[in-house]
Amino acid sequence: MTTLLWLTLPYVAFTSFVVGHIWRYRHDQFGWTTRSSQLHESRLLRLGSPLFHFGLLAVLGGHVLGIGVPADWTAAVGVSEHAYHLMSVSFGTLSGLAAVTGLTILLYRRFAVSAVRAATTTIDKVMYLMLSTAIVTGMLNTIGSNLIGGGYDYRATVSPWFRSLFTLSPQPGLMVGIPISFQIHAVVVLVLLASWPYTRLVHVFSAPLGYLVRPYIVYRSRDVARPNARRYARAWETTHPRR
Amino acid sequence: MRLMAQLAMVMNLDKCIGCHTCSVTCKQAWTNRSGVEYAWFNNVETRPGQGYPRQYQDQQRWKGGWTLTKRGRLTLRSGSRFKRLLNIFANPDLPEVADYYEPWTYDYDNLLSAPQMDTTPVARPVSLITGEDTAITWGANWDDDLGGGPEQIGRDPVLAKVSDKVKLEFQQTFMFYLPRICEHCLNPSCAASCPSGAIYKRTEDGIVLVDQDKCRGWRQCVTGCPYKKIYFNHKTGKAEKCTFCYPRVEVGIPTVCAETCVGRLRYIGVVFYDADAVLAAASVRDDKDLYPAQLGVFLNPHDPRVVAEAERVGISQEWIDAAQASPIYKLIVDYQVALPLHPEYRTMPMVWYIPPLSPMVDALAGTGHDGEDAGNLFGAIDALRIPVEYLAELFTAGDIGPVRASLQRLAAMRAHMRRVNLGEPVDPEIAESVRLSTDEIEAMYRLLAIAKYEHRYVIPSAAGSDAHRLDALATGCSLESDGGPGMTAFDVMDDKFHLTQQPADGNGAAAPVDKERRINLLNWDGKSTNGLFAAVPAHGPQTNGAAHTNGATSAVEHIR
Repeated sequence: MTTLLWLTLPYVAFTSFVVGHIWRYRHDQFGWTTRSSQLHESRLLRLGSPLFHFGLLAVLGGHVLGIGVPADWTAAVGVSEHAYHLMSVSFGTLSGLAAVTGLTILLYRRFAVSAVRAATTTIDKVMYLMLSTAIVTGMLNTIGSNLIGGGYDYRATVSPWFRSLFTLSPQPGLMVGIPISFQIHAVVVLVLLASWPYTRLVHVFSAPLGYLVRPYIVYRSRDVARPNARRYARAWETTHPRR
Repeated sequence: MRLMAQLAMVMNLDKCIGCHTCSVTCKQAWTNRSGVEYAWFNNVETRPGQGYPRQYQDQQRWKGGWTLTKRGRLTLRSGSRFKRLLNIFANPDLPEVADYYEPWTYDYDNLLSAPQMDTTPVARPVSLITGEDTAITWGANWDDDLGGGPEQIGRDPVLAKVSDKVKLEFQQTFMFYLPRICEHCLNPSCAASCPSGAIYKRTEDGIVLVDQDKCRGWRQCVTGCPYKKIYFNHKTGKAEKCTFCYPRVEVGIPTVCAETCVGRLRYIGVVFYDADAVLAAASVRDDKDLYPAQLGVFLNPHDPRVVAEAERVGISQEWIDAAQASPIYKLIVDYQVALPLHPEYRTMPMVWYIPPLSPMVDALAGTGHDGEDAGNLFGAIDALRIPVEYLAELFTAGDIGPVRASLQRLAAMRAHMRRVNLGEPVDPEIAESVRLSTDEIEAMYRLLAIAKYEHRYVIPSAAGSDAHRLDALATGCSLESDGGPGMTAFDVMDDKFHLTQQPADGNGAAAPVDKERRINLLNWDGKSTNGLFAAVPAHGPQTNGAAHTNGATSAVEHIR
């Protein structure tokens, strides 16, 4: 079980994540979109979407710091364990709350507004379930274990385990015996990563930062545009008439 | 100088009868799909009126087009690039479906499946968005022919700019139709708004297109376009827009909207312009200078230096010939009767309009005056301030001068040609009073009134077939089977729409062999009406009346 959850699953998830994205990018440019539903409903979206997205970007940054950076590195630059803990809990709680509030508004909107509900696919629903679970368990970890509880030093177990996967010297044993909410969080996130390329979440990788530097007007020659005919045909077939 | 060619359109509003044929054929060719039910790449709106989508011209609200910064630099009205990216998670200036209208169908099945009952079953309206029963409250042309009266028409944002006190009286004064497609601007703000760079302007013909593979659905272009001619496909999550029917114009036939126009009011042709001069022209301080500034960007295709430059940048002789014979250049530059739609948006639009003179003629005739007399018409153009001011708000950022000059030329043409038709002596002063020669005014008459097909549409086809031929030279190999790797995009289009086959009757290629009565509008070249209408089966000798009735009945049956 330990091997399955903390060794096999992460590598399967990473493989699916990487290979899936390459496959989708090469074969489904037409399906690669945010699938925005703002055309149907704007008021709630303008409240929930920025909260959720900016909150989640901050959460992502926190994870990079907390999991990617070893504890002795932060100690080396003079950040004590206590100071780190204080920072991570306060910023984590703030950004997590923003993400949760935003997600709640967005989920309410998705299922209460009939036009948005009608635009929701099955894969969307599965994705929302995984995303919500991941965020809620993550929130529990921050608030439950670290704020209210005595605090759990995940930088001694979860973080080294995660990094060990990338140094190709995996240590699944580190994850044994850690709080169950951390375990659930890790598993759900791994499953989410595995399914990422097959959902609309791919739009994360289209963050259009190039817009800031490119010229306003794009000119293109007719001869340059020569899309692969077969891929095009497949793309059009992905739109299913609803009625 | 950077010489570029642009395919452009001019519409003669005097001839538009508001029949919506262009809208319907465009829809059948391009947007009769799920996801774009609410989208009309071509729409016809009654002016004054709210337009489609509702009040799209109110840029205080929708933030479309360009504006100048305090230091005089051109920037998107919706904000800097950085501001647009910050708003990417929720676009604050995006119209909702309701601003266009909620598309619907009817529950026709109920007519057949309803149980026997005392009352007639009805087909209730059903929303195409939610699939639920809906109440129809708006449509793409809800206020057609001033429908809804002052309550609806009074919300026209253009009307709000014309003086307030005359609103009600003015509605009795005049009305006209404004058919609209994408403007294929020289300085397209939709393309400038696209974070992904998916919207591009084609270097060969200036057509503005959305790369469906590169679009990521950030929907900033919908806000960026001040004409609201970019539509978000809510099924595919991609932006779509008028394509200027590029598969058709590439092989030299006009767009579907132009081809099927009942009033023959559309003109298509090539214009050469200096792409390097566009930014400066779009950045002039005063809105009223934008129309003359755009005129200054166009290059005279008869100037040997322009021809030499065109040849140098590799523009084919067929395109140069087309630019020299361009009806667009004549109407915009030579006669200066066509004007751009809302130049104050600073996008340098390339679908221009000849303002309607008919409101003046109607008003004159209504008061018992001779509506064809030059003096009367000139007086009416000056006296009927409100229609002229309204037209100026549409076409010249409020500057009455060019609108008046255009209307006076049209009036002079009417007066001159009536004298010719009645055999009266020609009065050269009429033409001179609008700074045209008698010959020019008669040439303008031929272009506007007789408007032969080959004069209305001067579309060079060489680019498409040349590219095709060059492709074959470069890539010609045994793999050019259907869908094979040697199949170019053009081949696919050609295959789909039968573009390069020239059937004997001009239509046959569009119709499958087994369904020869069918016609594909995307491919129709307008040379014959075979297949457009259901065939009437031959009947034996009958009385006239009966034959008519039978013919009509069988035609209806065919349609069913």
